Amino acid sequence: MTAAPRVALFATCFNDTMWPDTPRATVSLLERLGVTVEFPMAQTCCGQMFTNTGYVDEAVPLVRAFVDVFGSYDAVVAPSGSCTGSVREQHQWIAERSGDSGLAREVEQLTPRVHELSEYLVDVLGVVDVGAYFPHRVTYHPTCHSLRMLRVGDRPQQLLRAVRGIDLVELPSATECCGFGGTFAMKNADISVAMGSDKARHIRETGAEVVVAGDNSCLAHIGGLLDRQRAGVRSLHLAQILASTEEDPA
Amino acid sequence: MKKAARSTAPERNPVGITTPTYLGMPKFPKLAAPELRNPVLRHNLQMATHTIRDKRAQVVGEVDDWEALRVDGARSKDAALNNLDEHLEELERNLQKAGATVHWARDAEEACSIVVELVQESLGAPAKYSEERSGGETSWGGGEVVKVKSMATQEIELNEALEAAGISAWETDLAELIVQLGHDRPSHILVPAIHRNRSQIREIFDREMGKVGRPAPDGMTDEPAQLAEAARQHLREKFLRARVAISGANFAVADTGTLVVLESEGNGRMCLTLPETLISVVGIEKVVPTWDDLGTFMQLLPRSSTGERMNPYTTMWTGATPDDGPQDVHVVLLDNGRTRVLEDELGRQALRCIRCSACLNVCPVYERAGGHAYGSVYPGPIGAVLTPQLRGTASPIDESLPYASSLCGACFDACPVRIDIPRMLVELRSQVVDQHRGGVPSAEAAGMRAASWVFGNHKRLEGVQAGAAAASRLFGKRTSISQLPWPASAWTQARNAPTPPKESFRSWWRRTHEEPRS
Ligand code: SF4
Repeated sequence: MTAAPRVALFATCFNDTMWPDTPRATVSLLERLGVTVEFPMAQTCCGQMFTNTGYVDEAVPLVRAFVDVFGSYDAVVAPSGSCTGSVREQHQWIAERSGDSGLAREVEQLTPRVHELSEYLVDVLGVVDVGAYFPHRVTYHPTCHSLRMLRVGDRPQQLLRAVRGIDLVELPSATECCGFGGTFAMKNADISVAMGSDKARHIRETGAEVVVAGDNSCLAHIGGLLDRQRAGVRSLHLAQILASTEEDPA
Repeated sequence: MKKAARSTAPERNPVGITTPTYLGMPKFPKLAAPELRNPVLRHNLQMATHTIRDKRAQVVGEVDDWEALRVDGARSKDAALNNLDEHLEELERNLQKAGATVHWARDAEEACSIVVELVQESLGAPAKYSEERSGGETSWGGGEVVKVKSMATQEIELNEALEAAGISAWETDLAELIVQLGHDRPSHILVPAIHRNRSQIREIFDREMGKVGRPAPDGMTDEPAQLAEAARQHLREKFLRARVAISGANFAVADTGTLVVLESEGNGRMCLTLPETLISVVGIEKVVPTWDDLGTFMQLLPRSSTGERMNPYTTMWTGATPDDGPQDVHVVLLDNGRTRVLEDELGRQALRCIRCSACLNVCPVYERAGGHAYGSVYPGPIGAVLTPQLRGTASPIDESLPYASSLCGACFDACPVRIDIPRMLVELRSQVVDQHRGGVPSAEAAGMRAASWVFGNHKRLEGVQAGAAAASRLFGKRTSISQLPWPASAWTQARNAPTPPKESFRSWWRRTHEEPRS
């Protein structure tokens, strides 16, 4: 038996500040699976909001801080497809663009060790059945960045299918964007809402009690619409369903 | 002969060359509003894009290794672009050898005046017709040309230039004809009249055809077959009469000097073979190095654009063939901003585009905003990239285009030549932001700077989180907020916002996982 795996949790600023239940669930899930979790206090944000809005200069110090905070860990896990995507697909470019070749090298070394939660569970730990219990009708929305940036494929569905008691129903037009898109949700609010309303309609059509996804940013948008429509559908992050047990239900 | 394409010192973006029709357009969100509020339009567009989308998915799925084909297509375009001047010279040599005359146009204006002059010459207009005309005197009754659908000629607004010179340019592609007769603008690369339904088309034909040629038959219904027949009859007399045709080209093969046009209706074949004079306006990025490269694109393009294994008509011509087809063959090689795009190593890949429109058909934003919102002849994801690249990011519409995307990435997956549109949009956004640096910061810029400062240090972030926890007490048991002041009102117009949690994650962690400090 090798030593227990050790990971650094990158909670992401958004989860840390607005959706603490998600990183909490990530911690309890990983600890339940025998992983030693550390939370480096100096962490803040991957800089995605800045980068994707065009404020790339503003993201440079955050890229540097990310490398400083997480550079010494063998594995970094984040309960967010889009923040992991930003680290893996954008940090290199941001570092190069800033002209700091030393930083670019450090980024290059670190980013392959940064995993989105479902990737870490399935690929690194090699588990699909995480021992969760969640007796509800659930539909899964694959967020664009986990699907088309990280290419997590059906890892989240594999994990969900193994949850005891779950009634996992397919979401129509699942791979269509929900319309969140970061500051797109504000800058092109009308189109964002039109896209989100179609997503919400498809979710309602499934009759699911819960919509699950790997990104709380998209879920805030989808959940905000469902909430406004009084649809009675809860939105939950994947980590929370996977952490859920009979003793400690989500 | 003008050789402008390579002799100009490319200017840096943003330059703000905005063509007249699209000058002074408002930002994308404003232009998108009418389409968004019109349920019929939205329904038409959704039906149309999803139909082509599904067809495409099916025929792409049949190909054993589509991905390898995509890689191949991207590679051969890159090979052409990385040594574009050599390939263009080779193309020019081979075209000339085959009896074609090659012209180089630096920009839209130059291209239009070259074409107008050529048309005037071939139609036997009196010399210096333009000058006479501007002096108010003209002894020439004008003339006409037939056109096969071409994005390049739309980009340079050639029809308007011809019209100003007294020449009527008849569009012969069915959808293009609908747009032209409807005094409208195209809204899709492949199906320019995608925003029109059958009954609107019938009405346009009924009202307009008679004004410019053979009228629509009496009692024409909105059956597609009847509409197509009316167009066929209307166009036939124009084809038979025309002495000059104007086309673009899908590909220009450097090592043979061959131009290639792919189409579905046969109107292209008519234009490209019947008239005496053929003038083709070809963007310099249309060059592919060798005849062999063409094989890849002949598989990629029809599957990606119409969702067909093969398109009905492919016409290839190499200069002029004695006693067969047009004898007076001209090729106008158009720069119009392309060398500037070429300068940018990342942005250069936009020039791989083969105008298949697959990215439009899968784009959730295009589907809801419609093509007119993009303020250029290039709508959808590729337009959001290419238009600001070609025109610069100085005008309100051009600087809003890179933001007209949720960065969902569906366009990249659909693109047959692997153009990383989302990545390029982000790059263009940074260009837009950087061009405003130095002045008085906007509210957004100030906010971003403040946020960057907060995230620059975890202690500052913790300060904000403490504030949020304090605020959470104001909300009591409530978990969501339905109304927020500007600018957050953009969020709450249709979405509830979450109330802040009582405790941030890191406070919880500190409480539960760290040694209590004594
Ligand atoms: S960007 Fe790609 S998908 Fe879009 S029109 Fe061009 S070639 Fe087709």
